[in-house]
Amino acid sequence: MRWIWIDKFIEFQSGRHAVALKNVTLAEEHLHDHFPGFPVMPECLMIEAMAQTSGILVGEAKDFQEKVILAKIKKAVFFDYVKPGDTIKLDTEIESIAPEAASTSGKITCADKLIAEIDLMFSHIDQNLAGKKFPEENFVFTDDASVFESLLRDVVSCIARTGADSEQK
Amino acid sequence: MAMDRDEIIQQVQEVLIDALGVDDDEVTAKATLMGDLGAESIDFLDIVFRLEKAFEIKIPREELFPAENLMNNPEFVQNGKLTEKGLAELREKMPHTDITAFVDDPDINKLGDLFTVDAIVNYVEGKLNAA
Repeated sequence: MRWIWIDKFIEFQSGRHAVALKNVTLAEEHLHDHFPGFPVMPECLMIEAMAQTSGILVGEAKDFQEKVILAKIKKAVFFDYVKPGDTIKLDTEIESIAPEAASTSGKITCADKLIAEIDLMFSHIDQNLAGKKFPEENFVFTDDASVFESLLRDVVSCIARTGADSEQK
Repeated sequence: MAMDRDEIIQQVQEVLIDALGVDDDEVTAKATLMGDLGAESIDFLDIVFRLEKAFEIKIPREELFPAENLMNNPEFVQNGKLTEKGLAELREKMPHTDITAFVDDPDINKLGDLFTVDAIVNYVEGKLNAA
């Protein structure tokens, strides 16, 4: 099973920009240890959430044909805590994309308050590392696009609605 | 975009400080990206992206750092050293780089030493003048 650490996308502009949401809950066991009596979302897991949001955006830009891996955390600066009950918004855009890699720039906010700025770099590994071979499976999504579709459910319905609206006009 | 060499050096320095997390006094003209500044393969791509943005230029794949293709071609590499043909190819692909010292001992492990701050500045300067 693939570990999905974001709940859904609310905006998705292929090859350019995406916004995802994650709800943070005390049902996440690590929050009981991080820290006892003072549960806050670990920064590394905020980076993970941004890596998933950005990684899916980068993967989709090449139709999931490339194996996209997180290659570098260019920047990760945190301004405030995220606590159980919070919904964080992960807003990312592709800064550059080339056959072998992509760089993204992202912000995390919670109720319009800036939580973090996270800039990442992804590698299309088949295009790198001097032709070393990697397993066939795609690291973002394999043939199973249903996970991606479910993450996009609200974006898709939003697009569909916009389409219907324009038809009515 | 008209820029003099000092301005280019300054911008290249900024790019390298941001991309590699090094101090400005480490980014000297002779500093090698891998040996002195600790760059890894993904950093080269990061640097390329940042240079493209900083100077508003397009840097085609393999143009600034062409080592990978060279090393995978048996015609260019024998017994861990570049052949005459390989050296000729290197001269052609990296006109922005001074390879005189490398020619005496063309060990491919030393190829990384050719990627210096100076070489990037030369490359960018050539690119901007050609535009």
